[in-house]
Amino acid sequence: MDAAVAEKPTRFETVMTPAEPVIMKERKPKIVTEGVTVHYGDKQAIYPLDIEIPDRAVSAFIGPSGCGKSTFLRCINRMNDTIPTARVGGRITIDGEDIYDPALDVVQLRARVGMVFQKPNPFPKSIFDNIAYGPRIHGLARNKTDLEEIVENSLKRAGLFEEVKDRLQSPGTGLSGGQQQRLCIARAIAVNPDVILMDEPCSALDPIATARIEELIDELRENYCIIIVTHSMQQAARVSQLTAFFHLGTLVEVGDTEAIFTNPQERRTQDYIMGRFG
Amino acid sequence: MNTHIVSAFDEELAELRKLIAQMGGLAEDQFGKSIDALSSSDRELAEKVIASDEKIDRLEKELEERAIKLIAKRQPMAADLRAIIVAIRISSDLERIGDLAKNIAKRTLAVDEPLPRSVNAGMKRMAELALEQLTDVLDAYARLDVGKAQDVWVKDSRIDALYNSVFRELLTYMMEDARTIGMCTHLLFGAKNIERIGDHTTNIAENIHYLITGGAPKGERPKEDATSITPVQLPAK
Amino acid sequence: MADVTADTSRTRTGSWNSDQARARTRKRYAAERRFRMYGIGALCFALAFLLILFTTIIGTGWTAFLQSKFLLNVTFAEDVIAPDGKRDEQALRLANWDKIARTALYQAIGADEANRKQRKDANELLSRGIDVQLRDMVLADPGLIGQTRPVWLLAHGNVDALLKGAIDRDIPEARRQLNDQQLAWVDAAVEKGILSKKFNSGLFTFGASSQPETAGLLVAIVGSFFMMLTVALLAVPIGVAAAIYLEEFAPKNRWTDLIEVNINNLAAVPSIVFGLLGLAVFINFMGLPRSASLVGGLVLTLMTLPTVIIASRAALTAVPPSIREGALGVGASKMQAVFHHVLPLALPGIMTGTIIGLVQALGETAPLLMIGLVAFVVDVPSTPLEPATALPVQIYMWASSAERGFVERTAGATIVLLGFLFIMNALAVFLRRRFERRW
Repeated sequence: MDAAVAEKPTRFETVMTPAEPVIMKERKPKIVTEGVTVHYGDKQAIYPLDIEIPDRAVSAFIGPSGCGKSTFLRCINRMNDTIPTARVGGRITIDGEDIYDPALDVVQLRARVGMVFQKPNPFPKSIFDNIAYGPRIHGLARNKTDLEEIVENSLKRAGLFEEVKDRLQSPGTGLSGGQQQRLCIARAIAVNPDVILMDEPCSALDPIATARIEELIDELRENYCIIIVTHSMQQAARVSQLTAFFHLGTLVEVGDTEAIFTNPQERRTQDYIMGRFG
Repeated sequence: MNTHIVSAFDEELAELRKLIAQMGGLAEDQFGKSIDALSSSDRELAEKVIASDEKIDRLEKELEERAIKLIAKRQPMAADLRAIIVAIRISSDLERIGDLAKNIAKRTLAVDEPLPRSVNAGMKRMAELALEQLTDVLDAYARLDVGKAQDVWVKDSRIDALYNSVFRELLTYMMEDARTIGMCTHLLFGAKNIERIGDHTTNIAENIHYLITGGAPKGERPKEDATSITPVQLPAK
Repeated sequence: MADVTADTSRTRTGSWNSDQARARTRKRYAAERRFRMYGIGALCFALAFLLILFTTIIGTGWTAFLQSKFLLNVTFAEDVIAPDGKRDEQALRLANWDKIARTALYQAIGADEANRKQRKDANELLSRGIDVQLRDMVLADPGLIGQTRPVWLLAHGNVDALLKGAIDRDIPEARRQLNDQQLAWVDAAVEKGILSKKFNSGLFTFGASSQPETAGLLVAIVGSFFMMLTVALLAVPIGVAAAIYLEEFAPKNRWTDLIEVNINNLAAVPSIVFGLLGLAVFINFMGLPRSASLVGGLVLTLMTLPTVIIASRAALTAVPPSIREGALGVGASKMQAVFHHVLPLALPGIMTGTIIGLVQALGETAPLLMIGLVAFVVDVPSTPLEPATALPVQIYMWASSAERGFVERTAGATIVLLGFLFIMNALAVFLRRRFERRW
C-alpha cells in the first residue's frame, strides 16, 4: 500500500506518528488540551484541538502562515485575552489545573508560563532592570543581594552573563539582535517559569545568533517545558523532540520529530515538509 | 504528488532518475552482451564489453556528485531525502552489476573453448532470469511500483536454485576430468557473478521498497543458495 | 518558467543616453527645480511676514523699556514729612510728598516758586506717581528723613513723549501738550543732564494706572502666573489620567467612541464659548469672585483639557505594542504594564503636548474678557482669589488708549508676552530632548 499517498482524514482527526510517540512515553504530559477552539469574532481560527505537550522537552509547532500555530500558542499563556474579539473554548490544563478557570489569576499564570517574542523586545531600561523587573513585581527577591543573584543566574543560564557582566547598567536596547533575544529569554527565566513559549524566536536573527539560541534551547529543555513556533523546518527538526503540524486551524499530525521529518504519514504534512505545497 | 514550489528542485530530482535509467540501460546491455559472448565464445564481443564498463563508472560518479550537491543545497526531507539516498545506493548496485558483467566478459577471454552444452544452457537460463529481474526492477523504479519490486525480491530464489545445479554440474565435470578444471573454475566464477547480479537486483528492490514505504520489506528474503554448504565428495583414490 | 531571453515583444526603455531619455531627464530636473522654488518661495513669504511682525512690534515697543526721569536733589525735610514728630506709617502715608518733590524740581530747573503760573507749569513736568515713589523710599528706610539725596523721579508722560519725539514742536502752543516755557525747561534740563531716559523697571513693578508712566505689567504677570499654575495643576493630571484610561483601560465600544468624538470636537470649540461657560457656572452659579485669576485659571483649564488629552493619547498610542506585550509576558498586570513601561516612554510626548497647551492658554484673551478679567487693578494680587488681570488682556486694555505712552507700552507688553512664549517653547524642546528614550 503506497503510504505516501494516505487517505486524507476528516478535518478534526489528528494523526499520531508513530502511533505512540516515544517522547510521550518517556515524559509526563505537562500541558493537556481538550477540544480547544478559538474564534476571532465570527471567524473560527482554531478547530477542536487535542494535544499533550510533554514536560522537559521541546515541542515544535510548524505549519504555513495563518494556520493557527501562533494563535494556539498564545492561548497557553492567555495572551489572547488582550484581544477584544478573541474567544477561547475548550479546556487547557497545566499540571492538571484548568488555566481558564475564572478563579485563576492570569498574572500569576503569565509568571509561570513565560513568553519570548519574534522581535526581541527588551524594555528600554538597563540590562539589570530588564531582568530584575519580573522578580520585583512578583516579590521573588527579599533584598538587593537576592535580586542581584537572580539576575546573575538568569543571565548565566541564558548564556549572556560573560558578555554583559561589566555593563549591567547600560541600556538593554544597546545590545545586538541576538544578545537582545537572549536577554528576553533571561528575562523570561528570571521569574522561574515552568513553561517557556517561543514565537519564532530566531526569525529576526542571523545564523550565528540563531545557532546560539538553539544551543540555549537545548540546554534549557532539561529543566523547562518549551514550545517553539517556527517557520524553519530545519530548525524544528534540529531543536525539538515533538513536532505538531498545523494546517488551516487544525492539528493535522503530531509525533516524534524524527519520524515526522523522515516518514510523515499524512499527505499534507509530507507536502509541507518537502516544500510541495502548490 | 504535488510538484515542488521551487521547480528547479523537481528538475534536479528528475536528472537523478534519468541518470539511473541511463545506468540501468547500460547495465542491461552490458550484461546481455557478456552472456552472449560467453555462450558463443565471441572474443570480439567480450572485448567490447570490457571497454564499455568505464561508461557506467563515470555515470555513477556523476550521480554521486549531483546527489551530494542536492543534499547540501536543498536540505531534502522525508520522501525527497529517501529518493536521493536510494538513488545513490541503486547507482552503486548498478555499477557493481556492470563490473560483474565485465568480469564475465573477462572469463570469456580466459575460456578459450566452447562450453559444455548443459552448462551453457544452465548458465544461459540463469542469465535470462537475472536479466529479466534487472529489467523488472528498473521498471519498478521508474514507475515506483512497490509490488513489482516485491516480486523481484521474492523471485530471486529461482536463480539460487539454478546456481546450485550449475555448481554441482561443474564440480562433477572437474572431478571426472582434471583437464577441465581450468575452464570449469572460470565458469564457476562466471556463474557466481550471474548469481551476484541477481542479488544486486534484490538490493535495488529493497531500496525501492524503502523509497516508497519508508521501511524495509518484512521478513527475511527467501534464499535457496546452498552452494556454500554443499559438501564435495572427491572420488576415493 | 518563462523564457525571458526570447521575449522580443517587450519594449525596452532604451539606453539612458538616447535623446528621448535625456529630454525626459531634463524635464524631470526642471520640475524638481520648480518645486524647490515653490517651497522656498512659500518659506520666504512666511518669513517675510514674521519679519514684518517682529520689526513692527520691536520698533514700536522697545522704547517702552525706557522712561524719562528727573535727577533731583531731594531734601527729605522733616518739617514737611513729620511736622508733629510722628513717624509711624499712618503719618508717613499722609505726608505731603508732592511738596518735597516739587521743591526739589523748582530748584533744579530754576522755576520761580512764588510765581503761580510757573509753579503750575513746573508741577506738570513731574509724574503724578512721584508721591508714592518717595513715600515708599522713606517707608523702606526712615533714616532718610532729614537727608538730602539725589533721586531719579519719574517725569510726566508728556515730557516722556516729548523726549521720545512724539510731540510735534511746530504746532501752535495752544494745541500742544507742553507750552513754550515747559519746553524750554525740558531742553535745559536735558542739556544739564538732569533729565534723561533710564531703564523702565516700572514696567515690571507697577500695576494698572491711568498714567502711562506709572503703568506696569506686574499685576498682569502675577495674574497670568496664577492662571498658568491653576491650569498646570488641574489640566495636566486630569487630562493625562483621562488619556490613560481611554487608551489603555476603556472597553472599545460605542460609548468610548462617542466620548472620543466629543473630546476632539471640544478642542475645536471657539474659546469665547468657554468664557460664557465660565461666566455661567463659576461666577453666576458657584459665586466665585469676578476678575479672580482662579476663575480665569479654571476657564483656561477647561479649554486646555482637550488639547492635553489628545496629545497624551497620541503619545500613548505611539508606544509600540511590543513593550506592552513584553511586560504582560513577564507577568505584569495591566496597571503595572501601563505605569511602569508605557507611561515613561510616552512622557516626552505628553510633556510636549502639555506645554503647548499651556502656551496656548497663556495667550488666550477672549474667554478672560468674558469673565471680567478686564478690571483696572492697581495692587498686586497675593492670592488667586483677588482681582487680577492677564498679560494678553492687559495688552488689549492698553491698546484701547491713544496716548503715546500707552501705544508704546502695548507693543512693549507684546514683546514681554512673546518672550514668555518663546521661553516656554524652548523649555518644551529641551524637556523633550532630555527625556527622549529610544526603544
